[in-house]
Amino acid sequence: MTLNDLHQTKEAEIAARKKIVLRCCQAAGCTSSDSKGVKERLEKAVAEAGLQNEVEVRGVGCMKLCCEGPLVQADPSDALYVKVTPDNAPAIVAALKGGRSTLAQADPHSPFFTLQQSIVLTNCGVIDPERIEAYIAADGYQALHEVLVEMTPKDVVDTIVKSGLRGRGGAGFPTGLKWGTVAKSPGVKKYIICNADEGDPGAFMDRSVLESDPHSILEGMAIAAYAVGADQGFIYVRAEYPLAISRLHNAIRQAKRVGLLGSGIFESPFNFTIDIRIGAGAFVCGEETALMASVEGKRGTPRPRPPFPAERGLWDCPTLINNVETFANIAPILRRGADWFAGIGTEKSKGTKVFALAGKIQNTGLIEVPMGTPLSTIVEHMGGGAPDGGRIKAVQTGGPSGGCIPRQHLDTPVDYESLTKLGSIMGSGGMIVMDETTRMVDVARFFMEFCMDESCGKCIPCRAGTVQMHHLLEKILARQATARDLAKLEELCDMVKNTSLCGLGQTAPNPVLSTLRFFRHEYEELLQPDPHGPRTPATPVPPLTAAN
Amino acid sequence: MALPPSPEKPRIAARYLPQAAGDKRFKILEAHIKKFQHRHDALIEVLHKAQELFGYLEDDVLRYVAAQLKLPASRVYGVATFYHFFTLKPQGAHTCVVCLGTACYVKGANRVLAAVEQQLHIKAGETTPDNQVSLLTARCIGACGIAPAVVYDGTVTPRQSPESALAQINQWVTP
Repeated sequence: MTLNDLHQTKEAEIAARKKIVLRCCQAAGCTSSDSKGVKERLEKAVAEAGLQNEVEVRGVGCMKLCCEGPLVQADPSDALYVKVTPDNAPAIVAALKGGRSTLAQADPHSPFFTLQQSIVLTNCGVIDPERIEAYIAADGYQALHEVLVEMTPKDVVDTIVKSGLRGRGGAGFPTGLKWGTVAKSPGVKKYIICNADEGDPGAFMDRSVLESDPHSILEGMAIAAYAVGADQGFIYVRAEYPLAISRLHNAIRQAKRVGLLGSGIFESPFNFTIDIRIGAGAFVCGEETALMASVEGKRGTPRPRPPFPAERGLWDCPTLINNVETFANIAPILRRGADWFAGIGTEKSKGTKVFALAGKIQNTGLIEVPMGTPLSTIVEHMGGGAPDGGRIKAVQTGGPSGGCIPRQHLDTPVDYESLTKLGSIMGSGGMIVMDETTRMVDVARFFMEFCMDESCGKCIPCRAGTVQMHHLLEKILARQATARDLAKLEELCDMVKNTSLCGLGQTAPNPVLSTLRFFRHEYEELLQPDPHGPRTPATPVPPLTAAN
Repeated sequence: MALPPSPEKPRIAARYLPQAAGDKRFKILEAHIKKFQHRHDALIEVLHKAQELFGYLEDDVLRYVAAQLKLPASRVYGVATFYHFFTLKPQGAHTCVVCLGTACYVKGANRVLAAVEQQLHIKAGETTPDNQVSLLTARCIGACGIAPAVVYDGTVTPRQSPESALAQINQWVTP
């Protein structure tokens, strides 16, 4: 493959395009409501109307408004049909030739769509994820060519540093810094890992990106590999995402076939191959050291850091681990420049963030907004508020490691620092909206049960602490607890947070701490009077001095 | 001093092959293991394939995998029991997986689960005594936009209620 071939593929693809395109969502959400059947019937209806030469029926990735699926959108008329059944197909095709249809439609100019800014999701719901030509026609793999032919690995790292991109997996570590560390680590063999173990319940951004635009991840990984000097990559993806796995396999096969993966890519000395590793349902494997153990075929238990994976990772070689969304940002940054990317977002959090909006909210689905967008804009304007005239009580971000942000703080801008200040975290991007009917103590118990089940059992604070905290929360919910129990719970939270080995244990108390911070009255309402009177504080231990 | 010659040992894998000889599934599994060149890091991939072929991971299969990959049986057993996805018990003819992710939970997945549990007289993670239905739970299947979701025999079904779930279950249990 040469640049010329790339351009030719792009031009041929554009030339073959038909005047009208019916885009039909084929991501996991819509396929569960028979969008495959919809696509088949649309193709049949187009053939029956004799419009094969004018109309293309294209299966695309996630079209974002998941709650209204299956979705079909017509280009260029922009009509967005919702809750389409196979029987609606003839009516949709008929409407292409003018005339209004009576089918249910959503407004593509509603705030849900207009307030979005796409970098990661640019191709999502637009191109066919199962054809590499479609990605190439959307300027795909051009950034990889530019990087391999015109840039040194150091230039690439510098560009990423300058863009200000931070890891999208949750913690927000500067991506450029991580790449620089791996690039500088001595070692002949280095590895790249894409963390697609999206374990947070309530998060489906990575699934959507993998299903809708798998080649963008492959390109991002290849660029990263060149920058740090690796020649082997792994994508660690959850077994719960069969469609994402099959689309990734397909994408890797296509990229190998045309020489965009393998040896001597773009006639340069750069070689890169990608293997898929399928997880087996362990939340802790989202933690990077546990993930590496799992890639090596072992039990997914974490180990202490340092040494960090950048120095000693997979099979003790320097390893770069980034999240799906981080890799999806790479090609656009190199294509459009670091300054363009740095111009989006806030001072410390650059670019956009994809969120999965779910829970008690009108519009559930996928959104991508610039960093710094207020939470209220996301849930009230874009999400349309709580359904059935209810009131939003809190928004949960960051999954079991995050916290609940109450109504009075909804004007908070969404960036790494602001959310941390409120005791939550950005997390990977799950956003669950809760209304007045949700009991916060129950939510805390739900997450604690999750952490208890998912604790790998390696370190004691997490293994035993989560069980005890869950027990105390059950006791509070059963109205059998006293103020002593609540004090004990807070003590345990502090202990588990500060002494656990890995991120899972260190963040497990967050849902309890954040609900205690903003909804303490809900806990206290459930407490019983203490038969033994208030708890007396323990006698303080005299401080150790140098003398003894 | 030369050691006395050790008696000829049958090849490790062959010790488990006799009972597997007539079973095509072991052949497919062996081909899969060969594809990964018997590498130790392929253990999880191999167990995925084994579960796909056999439905669950019985002891013989685990021993066979251990012998083929030249890994201690303890390591294979350790990995198989660590990950939730692997099951060491046979599954029923039908599976019902209730997603208990946050979005589904907030929208009442626990009520769906409770209704099914009551109907089948089993708890989550169990199989009915007649081996008809296995009731499982999942920690988010990423279908949050259509919560609460339930997976019936591998088909993700959107927006379930206790009533719709029972309607589906009753199709399986009553002839």
